[in-house]
Parts: sequence; structure tokens; C-alpha cells
Amino acid sequence: MAEPVVAIVGGGPAGLRAAQVLAEAGLRPLLLDEGHRAGGQIYRRPPAGAERPATELYGFEAGRARALHDLADALAPRIDHRPGTMVWGIAPREPVGFDLDCLGPAGHGRIPVDRLILATGAMDRTLPFPGWTLPGVFTLGAAQIALKAQGMAIGRRVALVGAGPLLPLVAHQYAKAGATIVAVLDVTPLGAKVAAAPRLAAMPATLAKGVWYTLRGALRGVPVRAGVRAVAVEGDRQVEALAWEDSRGRRHRVPCDAVGASFGLRSEAQAADLAGCRFVFDPLTRQWQPERSAEGRSSHAHVYLAGDGSGIGGADVAELQGARTALALLADLGRPRDAAREARLDRRLDRQAGFRAALEAAYPYPHHLVEGIADDEIVCRCEGITAGAIRRTATERDAREMNRLKALTRTGMGRCQGRVCGHAAAEILALTLTVPVEAVGRLRGQAPIKPIPLREPA
Amino acid sequence: MEHLTVDVAIIGGGTAACAAAVALREAGLTVALLEKRLCGAGASGVNFGGVRQQGRDLAELPLSRRARLLWDGLSAKLAEDVGFEATGHIKLARSDADMALLEAYARDAAGHGLDLQLMGPNALRAEMPWLGPAVVGASLSPTDGQANPRVVGPAFARLARRLGAEIREHAPVRHAAHDGTGFAVEAEGVSVRSRTLVNAAGAYGGAVAGWFGEAAPVAPLAPNMVVTEPLPHLVTRSIGVVGGDVYVRQTRRGNVVLGGGRGTADSVDGLARPVTATSLGAGARTLALIPDLAHAHVIRSWSGLDGEMPDHIPVIGPSATTPGLVHAFGFSGHGFQLGPVVGEILAELVTQGRSASPLHPFRIERFAEWRGPYRSDGEIEH
Repeated sequence: MAEPVVAIVGGGPAGLRAAQVLAEAGLRPLLLDEGHRAGGQIYRRPPAGAERPATELYGFEAGRARALHDLADALAPRIDHRPGTMVWGIAPREPVGFDLDCLGPAGHGRIPVDRLILATGAMDRTLPFPGWTLPGVFTLGAAQIALKAQGMAIGRRVALVGAGPLLPLVAHQYAKAGATIVAVLDVTPLGAKVAAAPRLAAMPATLAKGVWYTLRGALRGVPVRAGVRAVAVEGDRQVEALAWEDSRGRRHRVPCDAVGASFGLRSEAQAADLAGCRFVFDPLTRQWQPERSAEGRSSHAHVYLAGDGSGIGGADVAELQGARTALALLADLGRPRDAAREARLDRRLDRQAGFRAALEAAYPYPHHLVEGIADDEIVCRCEGITAGAIRRTATERDAREMNRLKALTRTGMGRCQGRVCGHAAAEILALTLTVPVEAVGRLRGQAPIKPIPLREPA
Repeated sequence: MEHLTVDVAIIGGGTAACAAAVALREAGLTVALLEKRLCGAGASGVNFGGVRQQGRDLAELPLSRRARLLWDGLSAKLAEDVGFEATGHIKLARSDADMALLEAYARDAAGHGLDLQLMGPNALRAEMPWLGPAVVGASLSPTDGQANPRVVGPAFARLARRLGAEIREHAPVRHAAHDGTGFAVEAEGVSVRSRTLVNAAGAYGGAVAGWFGEAAPVAPLAPNMVVTEPLPHLVTRSIGVVGGDVYVRQTRRGNVVLGGGRGTADSVDGLARPVTATSLGAGARTLALIPDLAHAHVIRSWSGLDGEMPDHIPVIGPSATTPGLVHAFGFSGHGFQLGPVVGEILAELVTQGRSASPLHPFRIERFAEWRGPYRSDGEIEH
């Protein structure tokens, strides 16, 4: 019998570890990755020829980044790696399997596969606030990519705003790279972080990532604040300053030319949607994610899930899940099982689950900010739809669900297809209707996952 | 479980069904409408958005002519901008044989009062210099146009509700029967008793007819749609072609919508999905017509579930087995323009037992002995 074709979508920590396990078992998996070099976002590699020392780029993540990059290089001859390749459509095949519609260096292509491991990662969650659409405002993820891929900062004087462990991490990385940071503002309360600290401390390896205080020493003289409210970017045609209100209600303003801002992470789950996976609502992070078993199985018999694309856990968890889901796939193929290895991974994932819960408690999704979004603030920037338009459509035009809101207002109907605005729009809709956010559902995924040229590239 | 007793129960929540609810309320009857998902979310809401008389089966032209009169005033009636613009509909010929078909159709349409203007290559290029060399001629219907399908059905549903119709969404109908004194309709969470029953169940219209012993061979139909990012305004008219393998329009926002071919329809879960090979094929055919779109990006594709009849015209009219039952389904991919007028016709059939429009070609009895083939590989149009 021919070897089954297994495709891994995503070449980050989860995808690479899955590829490693499959290659060790003698399979030659396909690794389809949008990046030009494997590594994913958190360990994104500079283009070949533009490398810089890992310690400068990744800070205290340098060792892990190096290990993963070495793994990618070692795997190269044993897997079918397709860099620069976007999977934009997934359609079921008869009798089993999928056709993957891909856009790569050679143009459009259709790849038949038997089983899928989706390791599609996450992107920043945004929330509208005054000035958030001004040129010079980036997400924290984009600020990181600028640093790691292009070796540059997003501005000369950078303010960082957010809710989530990415905030102190980016601040550290920028400080390490010599960028000028003028403020680091967390919109979630300090109390939550203090309360979560004992649980965070149970994971010494990742402790530094999640703990807030360490920043203060590194950024002496720079305002590092938690519990910040009323954040607003000021500027005429571009970012000129960041204003905020501290936890005691005092107003502050700091001149800057760039702002990095995001409010946690959202799973990039469109591929799982197109593959027909069932979704469940995660109350902790307030988002819909594909259902995933502890071993990484989805609701679909031939689809496996790992990493942030199916539940935000961070890079360390992604590596463990990548390996674990690949073992589950091998077991489903009837390969001999390594029960000890499975158990080891399960134990480590179990410990990480506690850490993840603590991290989420330390950095709760700041849905309280949703109330403060002014009616004239743009929520869907592709289509220029304001918070007021969403609220009016909810009350006056019976939009009680996200796809209906999209149909009536064009929210989420633009180039990003709701990847950027979808969560914020759902929060605004739910709050207006006074229903839980899960009650308004989620935008249905439709191909292409990201824009593709109408004409096939030559 | 909710119990309603009304004059008229309507199964289905598409544009025709919601427009019927409006017309019946205006006639003073009490109405309950049962929709399995959300009103206007099926074929009514996900179609191409063509408001087209040109190219229709000649049997449909009287209805389509009457429907066109309603479109001018629709935004005012619904108190909502439905995006209707009379951009004209131009049907392109890609061969001399195509052109001969357009000429023949224009003669027939003239008999129904539809004025079509035939254009040779020079006139066509003078007006639309961006058309590619594959096009050799065209037939223009200046009074046709386009609208936003996503808003029409929901707006009719809201108007019906304002007028006092009982609208129940997420209420799929399990069964309906006539018990000698009236209709009993059992839906999820609600049961309805009524004197008359309207079957406007789209792809499921045949199943409903079957409960009353009538054959109506409805096949699921999933037109395949693709849309680009917003682009500078270029495509001034709604475009079709002889053969129907592609159709193109540019929205007010600037997105270019292109349809053509079929997606996949799953009538069990009620969902239709686009097919990527179909989408790419429609893209290639569009570029042959409009080469300037070569740099456009596709941002989304979609499909929706419609019902297709073997002869590609709908069933509209009274039941042949059950007095008080009225059908309107199987619009075969081109019901959007007709929706508002079908609502009026349904109300006429309920209140007067007959319609001002000629409905003979649409009678359900034509399928009683149906042995003919499906034209399912043929033109979908829009």
C-alpha cells in the first residue's frame, strides 16, 4: 500500500515538531508554509544573507529559536518543504482526504492529501481606540516581525500598548535591539498579574515571559504601567503622541512616532473551518476555535490540530502539541505506538495547561474596553464601518448574529475577511444586544483564506 | 411550544415569501412565516444580484416586466437602500452564432414589450473600450440593472414584521398537512394552524409539495460566486454572455462580482459551497472579457442553495391536489429579480384565487407525468 500523503500547514514550532515526528517514523510529510524560511512568527528568521545574532533578535527565546531553526535545517532532506506557499482553499475529496488549493512560487496548484495537520498559528487581536487607524500604529506582532525579519523598529520613539504576554516580550526585544521605547502600557489591571504570579512561578522556564516586573529594571525611566485606561493615539496625518489615563485617573501624554498595540492573540482557524472541523467557544480567551482533543485530534477523522491555530498556548505548548498530534496521526495509521513518549508529552502538556490558564488570568481579554469605543470609531477598516453603524444595525435592523451583521453592513467583507475586525465587531454586537459574545456566533470561513490574484501568476 | 392560528401560513423566508407576507398583511390577512434559518439568507441573499429581464425564458417575461416596475420604488417601500441601479444589462456575443441567438431573442422579447438594443463591434467598443477582443457584439437591455441581494430579503422580512406578520426564524418545518378543516404546520418550536398555506420553500419546495401528493422534481442548485477587492469603477453595466458560463458586475463599492458554473450543494445540511476550480474558471473567462482586471485580487467566494426545476422555470400557482395550498419555488438560479412580484402574485392567489399575471407555464401539474431530462448542465444565468 502506498504511503499516505500527510500535509502539515504551517512551519512554526507546532508544524516543525509534527514534521520531525512523522519523518522519524519514515513518512515524508509535506510542509506547506507561507514563510520563506521555516520558523513561524515567534521564531521568525531573517531572510537568508541578512542574519543577525539570535540573542539580539529573540532575547531570552534565543536558545529555543536556534534549536527550532536547526531542526528545520536538519529536516530539510527528509520532508517535502514548500516555502512561500499559501494554502487558500481546502475541499473534501471523494472518498476521503482533501484537495489543497495553494498559491506558491510556481503559481496556483492543487495538492491531493490524505491527512492534514493544521498548525496555522495566531495573529494579533485588535480593538479600536481613538487614532488606531493612523499611519504609524502597528500590532505588536507586526512590530516583532519588523524587528526579526527586517532588523528594524517600527519607529524612532515607540510606545507599546496591549493586553497579553506579547507586550513585555516585545518591549524586551525592542530594548535589547537598541530601540527607543517611550512607554509600555498594559490595559489589564496589575492585580490580575499579581494574583496569577504563584501559578506562573510553577513554570520557571517560561516565567520570565509572563512576569511584568522584570521590565521595570530593563526600562529604567520609561513609564511601565498596568491598569491603563482611555488610550488614544494623537496625530494629524500620522502618530505624534500617545495619551492615556493611569489607574488613578491622571492623564499622561508622551510624544512618539510609532505605536505597537494589540490585545491578545486570535487563532488563525480559517483552514480548519474550510476543512469542516467543528468549532467550540473558548470562554477564557472569548473566541471560537476548532475543537481539539488532548491528543490533537479534531472533530474530523483526517484532520489534526496543533499550536495557537486551535487554542492559544504559546510556542512551547505548540512544540509539544505538534509532536503529540503527529503521534496520534501515526497511531491512527496503525503504526506501532511509543506509549512512554505519548505519556511524557501528555504530562508536559498537562502542566502547561495550568500555566496557560494562569497566563490568561494575568492578561484577560480587555472586553471592558468595548464599552468605551465611540460610535464614530472605525471597527472594520477594510470597509470603513464604524462602531455606531454596528450598534444601529443590531438594534434597528435585527442583526443578531455575525454573518447577518456582515451581510447588512459589510463588516468583515473586505480584504481581511474579518480576520482583523471580527472579534471586536462580535464584542460590540453582543454588548449592544446584551447577550454573551458566543451567542452572536462567528463569521463563516470562505475561500480564499487570504486574497489571491484573479489571474494566475506567470 | 408556541401555537399560532392565522389566515395564511408561509413556509420559507426568502424574498418571495417575505414579500408575500407584506402583501398579505396589506390585504388585511393574518400571517405566520416559518424560516429554517434567517430570512433572506438562502438563495435570496447569496445570489449574483442581477435585476435582469433580458435572456429570461419567454414564459417568465410577463412576470419579469411586472417585477421591474417594482424595483424603482423598492428602497422607498422598504425604507432601506437596496442598492438598485439601472445600469443596464448587456449580454455579450463571443461568436457569430451567439449574435444570431441574441438577434432572435431580441425579436421575441419585443413581442413582450422589452426593448433590446443590438450592438455591433464598433458601437460596443465605443461604449465599452475595456472589453476584450473575444467579444464580437452584444444586446443591451437599458432598463435592467443590479441590486444588493443581501439586504432585500431581510428588509422585506422587517417590513412584514412591522406590518404585524408573525415571523419565526430558526424554525424549520417538520411537516404540514390538511386535516379537512385547515392546514396544520409543525415547525421547530412552533405549530401553526391556517386556512391557506404558501409553499415558498426553495430547494425544499418539492418535499413540501410531496406531503400533499404532488410531484415536483426539484434539484439542489448552487451557483458559484467570486468577488474581488474594491477596484476603481470600470464595469459600467451588468454583464452576461450567451451560454451563461460567466456573468460580471461591479458594485457601488467597487468590488467586481463574478459568477458562473456551479458549486456543491448539500441539501441535507442546507449549505452550499463554492468549488475552487469553478471559481478559477470563472476568473479566466472574466479576464477574456475584461483584460483590465488582470491585477485584481479575489477576496472571497461563496455559494447558496437554490432549487432547480428540470425545465428551468419555477413552479408558481395553486396546488392541483389541495385547495388552499399555493406554491412558488424552484426559481432555478434566477429568482432575485422576480422575488418582489412573486410576493404580490402569491397574495393575489390567496385572496382572489387567481393572478393578474399569466401563470399557466408555471403550473405544478406539468410535472405529474414528467419523464423529460434535467437541463442541469445548462445555463444558470442569474
